[in-house]
Amino acid sequence: MNEHGPYGGHDGYGGHDEREGPGGPGGSGTQPPPEPGDRPGHPAASGRSAALTPPDAADAARLVSFGLQPRLLPARDAEYAELLRRYREEPAFARLADAVATGLGLVVLEVSPRAGMAVTAAEGSVFAVRMGDYARRATSDSTDRFLHGLAHLAVAALSFPRPEDLADDGYVGRISVNGVDAFVRQACRRLEERAGREGENTDPASDAPGLEAAWRVYTRRSATGATKDSRRLAGSTTGIVARAAAFLADSGFLQRTGDEAGGTYRTTARYRLQVRDMAGSAAMTELLELGVVPVGDGSATLLPPPDPDALEPAADAGLPFHS
Amino acid sequence: MTTAVSASPPGPGRPAPGPAADEGLARRLRALACTAPLHDLDARKANLAGEYGTYSMAEVALAAIDLVTLHMDFDTGADHEEIVARLLPRVAAQAPRRPAAEHERVARWVLENLINVGSVDRGFRAVYGTFGPDGEYVRRDYDFKLIEEVPGPGGGVYLRTTDEAVNVLVGALDTDVTSAQIAAEVKLEVLVSRGRLADAQLAAEQARYRTVQYAETLRRTLEATRRNVRAVDWLNDVPDMIAEALDHVADRYRHENAILTNIRRARDESPADRNPDHKLRAAELVDIVKDCIRRHTQLQSRLLEAGPLFRAEQDRQAFAPPAAGAGLDLYGQLLAPLLPLPVERAGKVTDAFFARGTGLRTPTAVRLGDLTEMLLTPPAPREHLGAEMPEPDLVATPDDSRFSEEQLEAARELLDLPADAPRRLSGLLAEARRRDPDLPYLVALLAVHAASPPVGTAYRQGERRLLFAVDDGTELDDSEFGGADLVVGTALLDAAGMAADRTEVAS
Repeated sequence: MNEHGPYGGHDGYGGHDEREGPGGPGGSGTQPPPEPGDRPGHPAASGRSAALTPPDAADAARLVSFGLQPRLLPARDAEYAELLRRYREEPAFARLADAVATGLGLVVLEVSPRAGMAVTAAEGSVFAVRMGDYARRATSDSTDRFLHGLAHLAVAALSFPRPEDLADDGYVGRISVNGVDAFVRQACRRLEERAGREGENTDPASDAPGLEAAWRVYTRRSATGATKDSRRLAGSTTGIVARAAAFLADSGFLQRTGDEAGGTYRTTARYRLQVRDMAGSAAMTELLELGVVPVGDGSATLLPPPDPDALEPAADAGLPFHS
Repeated sequence: MTTAVSASPPGPGRPAPGPAADEGLARRLRALACTAPLHDLDARKANLAGEYGTYSMAEVALAAIDLVTLHMDFDTGADHEEIVARLLPRVAAQAPRRPAAEHERVARWVLENLINVGSVDRGFRAVYGTFGPDGEYVRRDYDFKLIEEVPGPGGGVYLRTTDEAVNVLVGALDTDVTSAQIAAEVKLEVLVSRGRLADAQLAAEQARYRTVQYAETLRRTLEATRRNVRAVDWLNDVPDMIAEALDHVADRYRHENAILTNIRRARDESPADRNPDHKLRAAELVDIVKDCIRRHTQLQSRLLEAGPLFRAEQDRQAFAPPAAGAGLDLYGQLLAPLLPLPVERAGKVTDAFFARGTGLRTPTAVRLGDLTEMLLTPPAPREHLGAEMPEPDLVATPDDSRFSEEQLEAARELLDLPADAPRRLSGLLAEARRRDPDLPYLVALLAVHAASPPVGTAYRQGERRLLFAVDDGTELDDSEFGGADLVVGTALLDAAGMAADRTEVAS
């Protein structure tokens, strides 16, 4: 499930394999104790992992429960930090905690002092966020549904503008609500200009609204609007982006840093993991299934496409010129 | 999928215009659609509760679009309330006997309808039909806005007119921004030289709309640069664009200054008795052209900032140490390929991203017992006023000013010279010494300060008069002071022609 990239100094214990999660654990003492030679200087670890008891299971579940509070930082909670240390030092305890998480319908993204026990909802899990709960209009209106999804994608794209940023453990992205909106609008405008240059008629057919180009849906929606009680118009694009950012802040993915430009945020370690390991790849798979993107090798993606006539916006989006 | 006209065998009865002919028609249909909301206002005024037949709504609407266009600044747009306030005189003139509240209601109604507050997109939609390349008749939706709301820097909402609105307003429905502006200005020059000022004013106003539109186009490009260096081609496109824009600004500046000089002459030299209306028009024209110049200057300063801005962003974005291994490129690989897709298919991708990208929510599990108790608990009374403020301990600071208020008053009175009678500093000092031995110091100080008066500031603040001092080479002969015997006088500021005439100080 998880393709763990290099995690700096602590890849040894953060990595785990979901496939053995549900079956392997539980049985205490069936695992041979790890060779003490692996970790000189941690005599306690080899001693404790010999047999796992119900209190160990309670600890493992406690660790997962910490992971369910995404805004809790390990540095702020001694018990959390201690359980994390145990996870990283005792493979048997780590497997137990992974099993608890899997059983609850969670996917473990990473366990590290920086991100804590980063877990996220597996597909169909009780913890998963449903679009209907997220925005009421989105269930009935496919346009709104698309705009809400696009807002999340755009927030991620601006949080990690370059591939290197997404790969870099220490990178902290900064976004503002108005900035995200303006960015997407600019991208849409390029497409509009391109369509205009090519003399294409982009007005959709009246009885096939689903065939309207995605950029046009965004352009059409107003950027902001005054309401009677001077709140942000929820259905405007800045309203939708602000909703996404606030929701991500609640999920512990963003931290609000200020109110200017519609609200400014910076990213957390968890967000990078979530976007890289979960959302990005899932959306990518979906896009590939639509047959849109030629499969790249994951590097130097912003070069002009080999076939300029293909449905690939890099060239006309004015995207990079340097390799 | 499409509304196809029945696929009858191609015969002589079927009109088969080619797509090229149809394109021009579609463009005109869209242009026509932009005027529909204005007609619609007059058609719908009957539905308003009350007697609104006397108001000409389309006229108010066009005036509103004019106002918003002229108040659009580089950064923000026009303020909603200000537009309403400026519309009121026109509305009131249409029905002077009606109450002011009704006038305001009409102004608001028109403005809100131009924004189209009722719809979620806050825009308009017109349906028109075209023939496709295969002879198929397709109905299409054309979506447009006339006035849109944009976020301002302070979190407020401002109004901007869209390109559609400006095009409808100016009447040039499908023209190039640059060339249209040049044409408008050449026309203006000719008109002014022939003394046809009424037409000249119209042309000048058109030139100003074009100027605003041009600035708007450039603003968008610069904004994109600030957001993402890579999203803009800094190798060719942007430098070319900036060079072009700078040329444009220089060109227009020269041009408009020439026009300004010409119109001023027309204003000042045309005999007042022949046509007083003439003079007034010329004066208005001067204001319009000066506004154009102001906008160009603003544009130019933005253009000059663009280069350093790019380099700073480049440092930040491109020269950071490369990370180990590249990841997924969210914009290039996901967002950008997604946008041209039909929304149906793009929605699948965003759904996938949303499902995996939002993290988790812990479901709430409520025990009925807790719920009952929670609902029955009375809310805790809140402290409205907070803790008591301690009385601040104020200490009077000693007054250590060098001069007293009375002395300043006396010096000001002494320096309050009539505009046509400047005086020598030596004379002023002597007079001051007779009143108070300390006063000459203050007078000398004020005189020296006036040697380089802040004319620009005074002008901006709307001052009517300004103290100035000039050194004409005469030595000051005084027991306490040395230096030049300055000529001190008062200049009257001409509020109208100030910008150009600021150096001609009376002496």
